[in-house]
Amino acid sequence: MGKLKALLNWIDERFPLTANWKAHLAEYYAPKNFNFWYFFGSLAMLILVLQIVTGILLTMHYKADASQAFASVEYIMRDVPWGWLIRYMHSTGASLFFIAIYLHMYRALLYGSYRKPRELLWLFGVLIYLCLMAEAFFGYLLPWGQMSYWGAQVIVNLFGAVPFIGPDLSLWIRGDYVVSDATLNRFFAFHVIAVPLVLLGLVAAHLLALHEVGSNNPDGIEIKNKKDPKTGIPLDGIAFHPYYVVKDIVGVVVFLMVFSAIVFFAPEMGGYFLEHNNFVPADPLNTPLHIAPVWYFTPFYSVLRAVPPLLNSQFPGVMAMGLSVMIFFLLPWLDRGAVKSIRYRGPIYKAALALFVTAFLILGYLGTEPTNLWGQFGPWLGGADRATVAARVFTVIYFLFFLLMPWYTRIDKTKPEPERVTS
Amino acid sequence: MRKLFIAVLFAPLAAFASADELQLDRANIDPHDAISIQRGVRVFVNYCLNCHSANSMRYNRLTDLGLTEQQIRENLLFTADKVGDPMTISAGRRDQRQWFGVEPPDLSVVARSRGADWLYTYLRTFYRDEKRPSGWNNLAFPNVGMPHALWQLQGSQVLKIESEEHQGHKVEHKKLVLEHPGSLSTPEYDRLTRDLVNYLSYMGEPDKTKRSQIGIVVLFFLLLLLVPAWLLKREYWKDVH
Amino acid sequence: MAHSNIDRGKRRFLVATTGVMGGVAGVAVAVPFVLSMNPSARARAAGAPVEVDISKVEPGMMITVEWRGKPVWIVRRTPEMLASLPKIDAELADPKSIVKQQPDYARNEARSIKPEYLVLVGICTHLGCSPSQKLAAGLDSGMGSDWLGGFFCPCHGSKFDLAGRVFKGVPAPINLEVPPYAYLSDTRLIVGSDTEGA
Repeated sequence: MGKLKALLNWIDERFPLTANWKAHLAEYYAPKNFNFWYFFGSLAMLILVLQIVTGILLTMHYKADASQAFASVEYIMRDVPWGWLIRYMHSTGASLFFIAIYLHMYRALLYGSYRKPRELLWLFGVLIYLCLMAEAFFGYLLPWGQMSYWGAQVIVNLFGAVPFIGPDLSLWIRGDYVVSDATLNRFFAFHVIAVPLVLLGLVAAHLLALHEVGSNNPDGIEIKNKKDPKTGIPLDGIAFHPYYVVKDIVGVVVFLMVFSAIVFFAPEMGGYFLEHNNFVPADPLNTPLHIAPVWYFTPFYSVLRAVPPLLNSQFPGVMAMGLSVMIFFLLPWLDRGAVKSIRYRGPIYKAALALFVTAFLILGYLGTEPTNLWGQFGPWLGGADRATVAARVFTVIYFLFFLLMPWYTRIDKTKPEPERVTS
Repeated sequence: MRKLFIAVLFAPLAAFASADELQLDRANIDPHDAISIQRGVRVFVNYCLNCHSANSMRYNRLTDLGLTEQQIRENLLFTADKVGDPMTISAGRRDQRQWFGVEPPDLSVVARSRGADWLYTYLRTFYRDEKRPSGWNNLAFPNVGMPHALWQLQGSQVLKIESEEHQGHKVEHKKLVLEHPGSLSTPEYDRLTRDLVNYLSYMGEPDKTKRSQIGIVVLFFLLLLLVPAWLLKREYWKDVH
Repeated sequence: MAHSNIDRGKRRFLVATTGVMGGVAGVAVAVPFVLSMNPSARARAAGAPVEVDISKVEPGMMITVEWRGKPVWIVRRTPEMLASLPKIDAELADPKSIVKQQPDYARNEARSIKPEYLVLVGICTHLGCSPSQKLAAGLDSGMGSDWLGGFFCPCHGSKFDLAGRVFKGVPAPINLEVPPYAYLSDTRLIVGSDTEGA
């Protein structure tokens, strides 16, 4: 044991090992009242590791060539020992990554975790979310199925709607006149190395920003305001290690149960995680009847579809879709509420958040289906698709949640925040 | 490009406006019935492999079903292929496009894109149609390029459209009637196609049964792991008030 | 509540139990990942045994076939070639084939099942070049008048005799490898397998 201590000393003289262990684990004090919503940050990190490990293994066998890609995935599924397991872990991990992130972001909306002094933490988080969307988009082309190909074709063509530079931009992104082998190769480079590197950097920045100011909590009060005069430790704080380490272990085990249930019993998830049409090799001459993005993009896709062509251009729809994602950046400055946590907010914010979540979920569902899903209205509404009208209504609700926020958070009747954290 | 973008966005509408909603028959395959799948692969090799490849399926994978490599070689290998080779075909792509108007697709994962019920329905709803180049049409896949490869077994059906008055407007019913019986009776043919679909479903994902078996062990182990993990958390959190 | 009643024993036990079970889970995940790097079904199929028709090989001549990406030589030795084998035992590093570079049925003077046909993996045991055939004795092979026939590796000068045995004093340390093989008939060999078929 003395030898171990001596080794540790040798390292500490040359590298901040123990210093960082203390700062970020053993002596990082987090609020003691973390609840269910606080599992998803560490789970997202676990999923990131899982995706990287399974991704590296897949890269050993996958062929990033338009004529070989589809077959190479089936090669992995059948000929590579345990290849099917690695593939399903990667595809399931991708979808669960988005579920974890959406729940993680929802926590921030519940408890005001984006408020001062955590605005930068939130900005890093939104950047991570954007990178994740890019990573998923690039990765989805790789199996080179019908949905892979046509989904990429449609999304890259969206950039073609940008005024003036649009067509050249699309050409540059694709590296060709249509989505082709050139596009596949560069998307492979982005997916395997470029975006993961950026993601890892942003996650590190995200954690550093968090540890700089300390975590928020379900009551939305700052635990650093009440410190023990002798030790300087927040009265409502507990050391991350061991308390949140052991709690997160339970979270991890439960997560792995959900993950395994899907991987081993329902990896396709009814066609939402692995789409049926993607088992048909990409055919540039044959557009599928029903193209939809993967489920985690569908809320924003709904917004895109809801906006009709204006001034002979699709661009307003594209802009609306972009705005629906980018608007998250503004959240710390839109929220003028007197309190952080929903526990002490008034009825207006609670109603607004409920409406927002409803809109997000319904827009998400509508995005998976064709627009004639619910039939048409009669001539009194011009025979419009009911689903399109619904999407328009919910798009407006979605944006109003943000745009009206400076007003309704200010006039909302809040309750007094407690001095110390509650359960 | 913009036209393509718009066409692609609105393509779903066009499709649904014209297609008939065909009620699919239930295939009711039993993936654990290895003998059924063995019968199915026999049909597949004899009737389908002439035109359709299954390039991701190796012959020796069929040892999953309890066959020996010797049995596979004797009953299912008709070419110079070795038992470790995949189920490729010799017909050229360009020739096939000339003969059928389209290349017969590779069937390795057709069960995953179409589903067992659709395949079962498709194989049983071919009917004579002189307007088609092959002389055949299909209810599940209108204007398909494929002729009825199993017609000698099923026989040939014709399409009868019955229209009846229903509350003021005409309602059309499509019915298939067996005009010339084949070498199998209808229940026998149904069983054959069920076996074939069972094989196609197996071929789509040969590791499916193994996957579920391992899953049970994994979930059970994780449940076990949850116990000390939970007790550990509870024990340490006694410190926190 | 006082902090002094921490049950350290229980904590150690629970940490250990969770740790061990977690470790088992970790290994259980790692095993398939590691195994996935083993040769796939495609690699195993490509490395499958190869059938060779030897009916056209003239005495004193050889043919080369490919097995597992490697050249395999099948040499039809003449009686003179076979007679020359015991004469050079003294110049060889491992004349009795002690080192296991051949299946047991090839552990004889001629290093083959039947003396007439020699089967060798044509890869030099020094650093992996493929030696040139120098089957003819004497000056015809350009190897000097004492040469009784065999193989010469141009990369670093290693020499092997007509049974693939390595000479003393050359860079290669051991005899050329005899792969597993078997006779399917008098005119057909299967290379890469000891039993028929497989």
